[in-house]
Amino acid sequence: MKGIVENFDLYAPKLVDKEEYFSSGHRACQGCGEALAVRLMCKGLGKDTVITNATGCMEVISSLYPTTAWKLPWIHVAFPNSAAVGAGVESALKVLRRKGKIADRDVKTVSIGGDGGSVDIGFQAISGSMERGHNMIYVCFDNEAYMNTGIQRSGATPFGASTTTAPAGAASVGNKTWKKNMPEIMVAHNVPYVATACHSYPIDFINKVKKARSVKGPAYIHCLAVCPTGWRSSSDTCIKLGRLAVETGFFPLYEVENGKYRLTIEMPKKLRPVEDYLKLQGRFRHLTPDQMKQFQERVTLEYKKLMNKVKYSKSWLEM
Amino acid sequence: MAEKKWPETWQEINPGLMVFKPASARSYLTGGWRAQKPILDNTKCIKCGVCYLFCPEGCITEDAEGYFMADLNYCKGCGICYHECWPRAIKMVED
Repeated sequence: MKGIVENFDLYAPKLVDKEEYFSSGHRACQGCGEALAVRLMCKGLGKDTVITNATGCMEVISSLYPTTAWKLPWIHVAFPNSAAVGAGVESALKVLRRKGKIADRDVKTVSIGGDGGSVDIGFQAISGSMERGHNMIYVCFDNEAYMNTGIQRSGATPFGASTTTAPAGAASVGNKTWKKNMPEIMVAHNVPYVATACHSYPIDFINKVKKARSVKGPAYIHCLAVCPTGWRSSSDTCIKLGRLAVETGFFPLYEVENGKYRLTIEMPKKLRPVEDYLKLQGRFRHLTPDQMKQFQERVTLEYKKLMNKVKYSKSWLEM
Repeated sequence: MAEKKWPETWQEINPGLMVFKPASARSYLTGGWRAQKPILDNTKCIKCGVCYLFCPEGCITEDAEGYFMADLNYCKGCGICYHECWPRAIKMVED
């Protein structure tokens, strides 16, 4: 029986929507994890979708005038207000549908942004649209720094990463702060659906996007996207790095449905040491064994906190 | 009249810089960025489609027999398909 399930997983790529809504010819770097994540997200969403895109890599690489890589209605907005424009589009579609000016179809509004446009600059707009309960999805593609403008640190940059504004040197370990726990902040907004995802688990990611699409109300997905340029890693290890981030417990994949935490990927009983993940990336090259130990302790603590929630949380529909 | 590649004067620019042709980025061939190209070996291929799913360009397509092939007009040569293909059916060679 187990063999059949394994084969199903193996051939699952054959079942994915073959239509490319994010076409070839975009100008992303070689091995861009974010472009891959956007491509997979569009496959999960389907054609009845409006996308609003904050400034960032995805806007720059996909829409060099006069060409566009998108096959979906797409609007570029300023850095802070992707979620606000998404909320506006959603309300406008609702009004037009009520007045009978457009066909009564289920068109989903999706706002996307990088980690700078979501975790730092666009944070109040996301918070606002989630709190108002618009029927939309926000997808944050987290590549852990402002990669588009040249690898400046953001709120999502992990401890110890060397960036251009937090460079590692004799007196500095690089970035001194830990990654902001954005999914947790979204859970605190009482959003019906929050999930973390990674492009290295494509079927899982597509399923989460489909689930978020079917939710009535706001949904938030935080997707880790590997950036070989900014992470100073080889472009062919892009998928491997995403997988290692999950297997070391640095970025566990879970979903929170009405307050109930659930791990979506079977985690190994014993997590891999975080060194496996760090040593493949040039931005962590300077870390000493002591600092790596500090990193490992923090990752273990965060993972334990999450497992505690997975064990004891209950859906608020059952309370 | 042949279609222009881009607007030549400001009067030809659409209001709001709107682009009316979806997926027009396909006119820009990114294949020239490549240093290495993937060679897909159909004798080792098990037709699982992992290369298709993990390609950031979306340039790998399925042919009529179910084998996969990379469109070298767009392939940037990142090597993800080579790294992820576990039957080792893909090799990277200098272009």
